[in-house]
Amino acid sequence: MSREDVLVTTQWAEENLNTPGVVFAEVDEDTTAYEGGHIPGAVRIDWKTELQDQVRRDFVDKAGFEKLLSAKGISNDDLVILYGGNNNWFAAYAYWYFKLYGHDKVKLLDGGRKKWELDGRDLVKEVPDRPATDYKASDQDLSLRAFRDEVVDAISTKNLVDVRSPDEFSGKLLAPAHLPQESAQRAGHIPSALNVPWAQTANEDGTFKTADELKELYEEAGLDTSKATIAYCRIGERSSHTWFALHELMGLKDVKNYDGSWTEYGSLVGVPVETGSNGGK
Amino acid sequence: MTDGCGAPEQTAVVTGEDTGDQVVVAGKVTGGEGALGGAYVRLLNADGEFAGEVQASPEGDFRFYAAPGEWKVRALHRSGNGEATVDAAGPGLHQVTIAVA
Repeated sequence: MSREDVLVTTQWAEENLNTPGVVFAEVDEDTTAYEGGHIPGAVRIDWKTELQDQVRRDFVDKAGFEKLLSAKGISNDDLVILYGGNNNWFAAYAYWYFKLYGHDKVKLLDGGRKKWELDGRDLVKEVPDRPATDYKASDQDLSLRAFRDEVVDAISTKNLVDVRSPDEFSGKLLAPAHLPQESAQRAGHIPSALNVPWAQTANEDGTFKTADELKELYEEAGLDTSKATIAYCRIGERSSHTWFALHELMGLKDVKNYDGSWTEYGSLVGVPVETGSNGGK
Repeated sequence: MTDGCGAPEQTAVVTGEDTGDQVVVAGKVTGGEGALGGAYVRLLNADGEFAGEVQASPEGDFRFYAAPGEWKVRALHRSGNGEATVDAAGPGLHQVTIAVA
């Protein structure tokens, strides 16, 4: 799989804003960003209220995903270009989610909203009016998604990649440094996990590093590419970004995202937890 | 606790603000004509390793909840970049201004 199969540049995006069959979608947790201005023609997907079940801690089910995409005016044949803030974390989560429900014609805008803004490209407030479709989803492809028991079994047997910042990994912080440090769960990481912060896979402008640079990064970190890999963070969106780097850009076959992530694992009773900065090295 | 992972709305420092036991690195991004809104502000440790990023408010405000230490804050904006350092040795408010040119 080449970079062009999974990413588009901001230049490509600008040239294809009106191309039939191409739908741009902004995915964010903070939806005020979209309201303040978005890529012309882009629809909005709210990570919190539209991609999460509002009762259980889980995804919306297949029927819910079909309803959502139908209402957004996205059809099965459309090429969906996802982008968002936070260096595309939530867009990468949505990308993984689209793949999980069998939508293969999906790409990320390399660099996301940040690159688009840094380029000085236009943002508009006009909300597009796309006619509803009759979207059909597949059953979830669970080869892409890890659950807690599999993660516990993976300790010292599979690669576990903790993509949080070094201070979260070691237990100094419970959340990323842009958030207040309030939390009930334990701090630390899953024993044997490597700490390769998601930011190391991206350039300053939010674009992904090249496949060769990524290979060098993970080799240096000690990732055994002959083994299966599970990536996690705090709530599963930064690790979607790393899942994208490992699975889509480096082409590793068996890579799962553990969307329960530290919020789940760090609250489990009876599982091993490690603190300090050494990890699986 | 915050159930998401994205940055909250960035707000200005309030005089006499009590940060409790948190180490807060906060300040403003400025450009040629005063406060500069919308820059991407990155928090980097003494080795240049990335620790966090927020988008400054329309008034140029940003804030991080860091571990104690020396930090570099780097702002990226379509009009240019800038950076500054701050020594945040312990809990409290550590203010810093980043001039973008």
